[in-house]
Amino acid sequence: MCFLLRRLGHAAFLLLGVSVLAFAFSTLAPGNYFDEMRLNPQISAERLSALRADYQVDRPMAVRYGRWAVALLHGDLGFSFAYNTPVAPLLWTRARNTLLLTGTATALVWMLALPLGVWSAERRGRPADVALSWATAVLLIVPDLALALGLLVLAVRSGWLPTGGMVSVGFDGFSTGKKIRDVALHLVLPVTVLVASALPVLLRHVRAAVAEALEASFLRAAEGHGISRRRSLYRYALPAAAHPLIALFGFSLGTLLSGSLLVEVVMSWPGLGPFLLEAILARDLYVVIGGVLLSTLFLVAGNFAADLLLYWADPRIREEAPER
Amino acid sequence: MEPMIRVENLVKRYAGRGLGRRAAAFTAVDSVSFSILPGSTLALVGESGSGKSSVGLCLACLERLTSGQIWFDGHDVATLAERELRAVRPRLQMVFQDPATSLNPRWTVREIVAEPLLVQGRVANRERGVHAAQVLERVRLGAEYLERRPAELSGGQRQRVAIARALILEPKLLILDEVLSALDCSIQAQIANLLVELQRALGLAYLFITHDLKMAAHLADEIAVMSRGKIVEQGAAEEILRDARHAEMQNLLGATLVEREVIAVVRER
Amino acid sequence: MNSYRGNTDLRRVLEVRDLCVAYGRRGGGVWRALSGVSFGVNAGEILAVLGESGSGKSTLAAALLRLLPANGRITGGEILLEGADVVRMDAVGLRRVRGSGVSIVFQEPSLALHPTIRVGEQVGEVLRAHGMRGRRERGERAREILAKVFTGDVERIFSSYPHELSGGQQQRVLIAQAIACEPALVVADEPTASLDSPTQREILALFRSLRDALGIAFIFITHNPALLAGFADRVLVLYAGKVAEVGPTRDVLFAPQHPYTQALLKCVPQVEHAGAAGRKLPLPVIAGAPPSLGVLSQGCVFEPRCEERMEMCPVREPAAAMVGAGHEVACLKFPRECG
Repeated sequence: MCFLLRRLGHAAFLLLGVSVLAFAFSTLAPGNYFDEMRLNPQISAERLSALRADYQVDRPMAVRYGRWAVALLHGDLGFSFAYNTPVAPLLWTRARNTLLLTGTATALVWMLALPLGVWSAERRGRPADVALSWATAVLLIVPDLALALGLLVLAVRSGWLPTGGMVSVGFDGFSTGKKIRDVALHLVLPVTVLVASALPVLLRHVRAAVAEALEASFLRAAEGHGISRRRSLYRYALPAAAHPLIALFGFSLGTLLSGSLLVEVVMSWPGLGPFLLEAILARDLYVVIGGVLLSTLFLVAGNFAADLLLYWADPRIREEAPER
Repeated sequence: MEPMIRVENLVKRYAGRGLGRRAAAFTAVDSVSFSILPGSTLALVGESGSGKSSVGLCLACLERLTSGQIWFDGHDVATLAERELRAVRPRLQMVFQDPATSLNPRWTVREIVAEPLLVQGRVANRERGVHAAQVLERVRLGAEYLERRPAELSGGQRQRVAIARALILEPKLLILDEVLSALDCSIQAQIANLLVELQRALGLAYLFITHDLKMAAHLADEIAVMSRGKIVEQGAAEEILRDARHAEMQNLLGATLVEREVIAVVRER
Repeated sequence: MNSYRGNTDLRRVLEVRDLCVAYGRRGGGVWRALSGVSFGVNAGEILAVLGESGSGKSTLAAALLRLLPANGRITGGEILLEGADVVRMDAVGLRRVRGSGVSIVFQEPSLALHPTIRVGEQVGEVLRAHGMRGRRERGERAREILAKVFTGDVERIFSSYPHELSGGQQQRVLIAQAIACEPALVVADEPTASLDSPTQREILALFRSLRDALGIAFIFITHNPALLAGFADRVLVLYAGKVAEVGPTRDVLFAPQHPYTQALLKCVPQVEHAGAAGRKLPLPVIAGAPPSLGVLSQGCVFEPRCEERMEMCPVREPAAAMVGAGHEVACLKFPRECG
């Protein structure tokens, strides 16, 4: 129990630290939103200084951070300069889109990697395993960008799949069934790219972890008791291989919001990535910090989920007693 | 004769861990005292959990005592700082039970045996090989073993390498923690003979930690029986074995009682 | 001594004939772990297999359940388990017989148990593999079985994880798994090697009581002859993959006939003569080292180290000869009678 409390404490501390750093770097970076406006001859100087006073851009950083932190506790993430609306709903819509994409991709990757990894670990060294190794090596080498662009070209040429975006024109008029089908079709390409880039690494890890577990004596003992190979693979070997895999799973969860920037930009998926990119370039302070904090929250929560899972899965971690 | 090493009221407690003391503090060794004369063997006998390994680790300065004194060469080594201990360590060496895990599987025998010289920094590289070969000869392994790795050796050979490594710094006291337990019968006899021979040739004192009373009886001048952290019987070997009183001793002795009958008959033939 | 004299069922539970096992070595070549091993085990009997490292005893244990590693092969012979030949069994039959016809107890209990599954469940897995599907049923039966090997709080043991138990307790759990489906034979491969003397005695007593209560036959593999007196009914001595001597415990330990057995028993020091006279005298050792099993040897395999070597020993391989009731020796000192 104290193990978990400690982890929770670490997580909270991390979030706090990240928020301070994000705020600091963003405000310390030269320039702010209003510098762009200064170049615009249509906006008078008085108007500019009024806006600046409104947004309290000239107050000392510590004060601004303090106000922002207090607002955060009330669920208020600040105000976007560019869109002239509160940050939170903006972020949320975009984050939701990203989660749809990455959630699907992550689930798919794990559903593929686990059985494939177990299958190839069982046949390690044999032709089937070697062939799979080569295939994953090739996938690993091909850059995501090339893959994404290649698939886009394919989509354009063949016309089978939509070439970007999340919804087709006229989406709001579709029936529910048609809406789902439409989004699903749009998901195919970006999900493929994400899966293709994450699968090789995960597969290798699963294979390595399971291969190591397969060497264990308790598997031989299970065989000696007449337990079927299949049962012992899933009931014994996989749980024993769980330790490194759980850590990886936590990482997968953690990068749900942050891992798909490239794909979203190339495929015009209206997710958090392109939105944040825009905001950084425009110096939209509160959007940037809000986005960064949200991503960090996911990362930290992902790791914490991994810790929880590990605590539940491995009774040895719950014991802190010395062994002698 | 002055004892080579004198232990007084040694206590070793392992601290409780976790908030709210989820794991209780545990007293492995509860005020143990003994001494070993030069060139003689004290056998520390007891079942697992009796604390005998902890005593060995404390004597070898691999664990810090909770309280007590260890008088060796005129100093209380329990109070020495790590830097001062460096001078003492060569004279107090330890050999462990499982040669498979106490020898680095990636190193050759030469590197393993010469490592203590490397750590002490006293001997030049070229000469380390020479020393290694010499000490291997002492344990009856030829020079052809120098370039082999532990995986290529049998259990008995690995244990010889472990003993050679312990001998290379010319210690006065060897702490032998269950060194025979993992070996086959006939190999145990070989290594036991080697130990006796080394003791005579080099004037070594041994602390022989074991749960095997047969070997203890064969090798020891004095026996101390441990149970739950305390010494319950202590004295010259013959006396202990003759008048075994305490229940623990009965327990260990009873374990070998039946063996006695059989082996005695075989001997007589 | 205490041989099992009750309900002597002379039904043969295991009959091994001319068993040969070889391992393939990297870079070609073959390692003959067992050559022509033959013996039998009666119902309810405790047979001890005595051998040192390299004698092939662990190979024998694995071969009996066809659990050899990938590079090991049974190259000849038969293993008749209650009539059925294990060597020629198909995968399905093999899985069925393992655990319910013959089961095995391994050496390192802490490694043979899964670290993150509760002990009671692990016993239940064995039951499940042999047909017991109901979870509650399995739990109850597992508790019953654990009660046979543990005294005291069975419930606590049932819900413990392996790392919470001592070495002796872990070994009892392995034994519980082995007897779960009431096999006719249990093979125990050095089950007490990692335990201290008093615990070893307890485990041996447990084997005896299980034999008495359930009529299970045991093959007890060990390198320590001192454990066998008062425990095993018969002893089989294995050297370099061949049977050197086999017979009733009393005969083999008190009156060993094979030079290897004699030499081995002399290596063990006695407690009795620990007086100043006997102490620290060099123990008798067996000169030389066990042979390499990669080369096919002519003649007796123990000959290079034997003190009673004769002229024909390097040339002729000894065959088993009867030297007493149920007592056989493979040594050219005892010429085999025709027939």
